[in-house]
Formats: sequence, structure tokens, C-alpha cells
Amino acid sequence: MAERYSSFRPGGRRWLWQRITAAFLAVVLSFHFFLLHFVYHADEVTFALSSARMESWTYYSLMILFLITATFHGVNGVYNALINQGLTGTKQTIVKWTLVVASAILIVQGVRTANAWAGISIL
Amino acid sequence: MSQSYNRGLIEDFGRWREFSAGMWAWVFHKFTGWVLVGYLFTHIAVLSTALSGAAAYTGTIQTLEGLLVVRILEVGLLAVAVFHILNGLRLLMIDLGIGLESQDKSFYASLILTGAITVASVPTFIAGAF
Ligand code: HEM
Ligand code: HEM
Repeated sequence: MAERYSSFRPGGRRWLWQRITAAFLAVVLSFHFFLLHFVYHADEVTFALSSARMESWTYYSLMILFLITATFHGVNGVYNALINQGLTGTKQTIVKWTLVVASAILIVQGVRTANAWAGISIL
Repeated sequence: MSQSYNRGLIEDFGRWREFSAGMWAWVFHKFTGWVLVGYLFTHIAVLSTALSGAAAYTGTIQTLEGLLVVRILEVGLLAVAVFHILNGLRLLMIDLGIGLESQDKSFYASLILTGAITVASVPTFIAGAF
């Protein structure tokens, strides 16, 4: 039996951050599902209700942190999987920057949306 | 120390018939991970209708949630997410060296628990869709 089953390079920084974000996401994603499906229901979501939640600074910060960690974890996972499939050289550089740009757009868009709910009008 | 174990090339999906439990766990974890990132991008795209005003956002969500397909896809998303979370926690434990010997059993446990949680959630997820 092998000692490691992970697809990441052992002890690397990306490996470590993948674990740290995973531990955080396990809690926050469960909370997210629970809140929006069991406490409230998905078909009851309205702008007013999202706003009411987002106007609380704790909820707003948690959602922004959720957005950033989920993006990092997901995109880092995809990038790592592609490296495992044999991505190297110029192609790797191109893919890497494409993923970085896509993540940046996702985060900016997510923050703008969160601000719209919270009634913050910068950005 | 880190001893390697020749599991053959798992990236060679054509060998699926010979896969062991751990290899299935790996394939499922990958698949669910990719679905989740895909969903995240879609999710933010849908939610960002809030930028066009309250009516646009509420209208979009209400229309989507009114569709039976969307409700069914949401149940699918739940199953995918629950498996990824449970198996992810299992991987974190294995990395810490906990439960290495019983990693097959913990994979089956993740599967069964995912099934149970998904089935138990169906009524709540589908409520009002008909
Ligand atoms: C909720 C708690 C979560 C936990 C505990 C978790 C755990 C993990 C772990 C431990 C890995 C690394 C596996 C390896 O070393 O090969 C991983 C990979 C991955 N995760 Fe997660 N994750 C979670 C949430 C998410 C979310 C929200 C997303 C999407 C936004 C996501 C997308 C991915 C992707 C794409 C991979 C890479 C899969 C591959 O190798 O192709 N995960 N996850
Ligand atoms: C079907 C299940 C889901 C529903 C119904 C849902 C619903 C929502 C809603 C209504 C919001 C707006 C905030 C609020 O009203 O409190 C939100 C925000 C968010 N959701 Fe989900 N969600 C689901 C699954 C997920 C999953 C699986 C992920 C992770 C991959 C995720 C990631 C996020 C993030 C990061 C935000 C914050 C967005 C921002 O700051 O702009 N959600 N979700």
C-alpha cells in the first residue's frame, strides 16, 4: 500500500493551500447548503432576502472569503489535474495565466454582486 | 520514506475494469471537483443579475427555480458536493496518516452517506416545483 494517494507534489505550497482551503470549505459549503435549502428555500430567494443577509458584515465577509477560497481551491485543483495529465512548457504557462485571469474575473464579478446586495457603491 | 506503489497509470481511464476502490475514489473526486468549479462560474453569472437591479435578480432566480430540470440538477449538485466534501475529509485524514489501512471502507462509507443524505434531501429540494 502506498503512503500517499494525493495527486499533488508532496509538501508543495499548492498542495498545502489545497488542504487548508478544503478544511475551510467543508464547513462553509455545508453551511451554505443548509442555510439556502433548509433554513430558507432556494425558490424563496429574492433580492430583498439576499440583501438582508449581505447587509450583515459577518455574513458579507464570510461570503467573500467563501468566494475567494472556493475559486482558489477549484481552479488550483483543475490546474493540478492538467499538470498530472502531462501539461508542461509554454502550454502550461498559457493555461496558468488563462486560469489566473478567469479567477480574477470571477472574484471581481462576485465582489461587485455582493456589493450590490450589501448596498456598497464602490467598484 | 515515501514509498511508491505501482498502481499503473490511473490517467489511462480505459483500464477502469481493473480499478480498485481507491482508484474509483480518485476518479469520483476529480469528476465532482470539476462539476463544482463549473457550477461556481455559472452560479456567479446567475447571481450577478443582481447588478441589473432587484427585479432582474428576483425574476431570474424565480424563473430558474420554477423549472423542474433546475430542481433536479440541484439535487445532482447536492450529491456531487456531499460526496466531494466527505471524500475530501477522508483524503485529509489519509494525508495525516489516519485510517490508511481502512481507506477502502471509508470510501464505501462516503458513498453510502452521500446516498443517504441525498435521498433524505430530495423532498426539501423538490418542494413546490410541481
Ligand atoms: C467543501 C469542502 C471541500 C473539501 C473537503 C475538498 C477537498 C479536496 C481535496 C482534499 C482535494 C485534493 C485531492 C488531491 O490531492 O488530489 C480536492 C480537489 C479538488 N477540489 Fe475540492 N474540496 C472541497 C470543496 C470544493 C469546491 C467548493 C470546489 C469547486 C469550486 C472543489 C473543486 C476541486 C477540484 C477541481 C479539485 C481537483 C480535482 C482533480 O484532481 O482533478 N472542491 N478537494
Ligand atoms: C443549489 C445550491 C445553491 C443555492 C440555492 C445557492 C444560492 C445562493 C444564493 C441565493 C446566494 C446569494 C447570497 C444570499 O442570498 O445569501 C449565494 C451566494 C454564493 N454561493 Fe451559492 N448556492 C448554492 C450552491 C453553491 C455552491 C455549490 C457553491 C460553491 C461552489 C456556492 C458558492 C457561492 C458563493 C461563493 C457565493 C457568494 C457570491 C458573492 O459573494 O457574490 N453556492 N448562493
